[in-house]
Amino acid sequence: MNIKAIRSQFPILEEKIHGKPLVYFDNGATTQKPLSVIQRVNDYYSKENANIHRGVHTLSQEATTAYENARNTIQEYLGAKQSHEILFTKGTTDSINLVAFSFGELLNADDEVIISAMEHHSNIVPWQMLCERKGCKLRVIPMNEKGELELDVYDTLLSEKTKLVAVTHISNALGTVNNVEHIIEKAHAVGAKVLIDGAQSIQHIKVNVQDLGCDFYAFSGHKLFGPTGIGVLYGKEEILNQMPPYQGGGDMIKEVTLEKTTYNELPHKFEAGTPNIAGGIGLGTAFEFLNSLNMEDVLKHEQELLNYATEELSKIEGIQFYGEAEEKTSVISFLIDGLHPYDVGTLLDKMGIAVRTGHHCTQPIMDQFGIPGTIRASFALYNTKEEIDLFIAALNRIIPILQD
Amino acid sequence: MSIKEKEQEIIDEFAIYEDWMDKYEYIIELGKELPLIEEQYKTEDRLIKGCQSQVWLNAECIDNKMNFTADSDAIITKGIIALLIRVVNDESPEDVARSEFKFIKEIGLQEHLSPTRSNGLVSMVKDMKLNALKAVK
Ligand SMILES: Cc1ncc(COP(=O)(O)O)c(C=O)c1O
Repeated sequence: MNIKAIRSQFPILEEKIHGKPLVYFDNGATTQKPLSVIQRVNDYYSKENANIHRGVHTLSQEATTAYENARNTIQEYLGAKQSHEILFTKGTTDSINLVAFSFGELLNADDEVIISAMEHHSNIVPWQMLCERKGCKLRVIPMNEKGELELDVYDTLLSEKTKLVAVTHISNALGTVNNVEHIIEKAHAVGAKVLIDGAQSIQHIKVNVQDLGCDFYAFSGHKLFGPTGIGVLYGKEEILNQMPPYQGGGDMIKEVTLEKTTYNELPHKFEAGTPNIAGGIGLGTAFEFLNSLNMEDVLKHEQELLNYATEELSKIEGIQFYGEAEEKTSVISFLIDGLHPYDVGTLLDKMGIAVRTGHHCTQPIMDQFGIPGTIRASFALYNTKEEIDLFIAALNRIIPILQD
Repeated sequence: MSIKEKEQEIIDEFAIYEDWMDKYEYIIELGKELPLIEEQYKTEDRLIKGCQSQVWLNAECIDNKMNFTADSDAIITKGIIALLIRVVNDESPEDVARSEFKFIKEIGLQEHLSPTRSNGLVSMVKDMKLNALKAVK
């Protein structure tokens, strides 16, 4: 893989921060955008802007076509059976809330929902709200010291009461890649549906929803080189058809009288109101960018970065890693003895290096480790070993300043 | 010295630092020197929880002069607290309640007083002023 050629597609990587070249290691929070995506969004507003699904004029037709083509691109990439199984949402959070509300309407008291101990708050709170609303019970798959789910315990949590299992494919705080195939298979064996939080996956590994067999797959565009404010909920047609709509408004209706409304078909039933048209089209382009890559090469490169960074960081005295799963992506969470993450993050920033500090919206994980937060470096395909060298050098400069 | 004069003094001190790291090294030194809040005051009601760092603040008013002591788990936060306290300690509650800490912006540390930073400092400044207001006779 030609990293130089890839880097040249990301204009922001040329930026300087406090006079230093940007080293962007906060890809878990959001990824940077290739020129093709930026250009596509720009072109849409410059030449094609119109509302979709509701005009006979040329621009509206063209915008509709572009938006629906993006849906088709995403469907093909993810291997979904139908394009109307791809619902546009605002992002992972919105996708999960949609399921928690609409699928949640089908649940009763005594039904159970299973999540895991390593979920992002987005995949915890909507289920807690559902359980409040419906009187269902929330069960939690525990996590071991290395940051791996205890799947033998999971097996014992499943029963005919289980209606939904919602787990993350890859942990944003620890990088753990979960064995979702096992989770899905076992859930289906008791008749439960499965939602996979894919916010941290598609940018690192090739995902095929039919191979996985999951019932729902949620993700955000901004984490896979696309625009912010757009994401996807993949759902199996049969289940989406059983679910009541999430929000009411334009586009999601077939017929409205003041007495009664009939709902539109998929995907429109779940896409009320004027959507993020530019975002959807830009997300299509982000998937074209992914299509231009060999994801095995991407993963190999990122694993090299992960191994190299782990090796180099291990040389720092008093370093403690969080998340040492056998299977993990290019995320390193760590603390250094006597150093506060806020201080480290602030000084790294002054040296042009962007990392994330804090609890990463996963407070239960931090609670389990008994820490308030970590320093997290998360790599993407455009990162390099040279950048890791800069990062290590910066840390080595910072540590003596911060230590007594 | 008035609050204004103390602020100017700090601005002058920082003027010699051109490099970010030098500036921060100085802040960190200040943080290390900050007279600590007494352990007995490190209670839940004096704790200001930010997402990124947390702050303890104790406020007293003796002879119409404010006296603050504070601590934080992050050393840079502590250094900035040291600057804020240096400016307002020994001043009248009226003056403290009115102070705007504009010098922080002048020395290039405004980002630490941004609400989105979530380091406890914004709430701490608010608490300082509230305590001063309460002490105004
Ligand atoms: C695992 C995981 N789930 C959910 C989310 C929420 O994504 P968004 O804020 O884009 O809705 C994130 C983002 O940080 C994440 O990493």
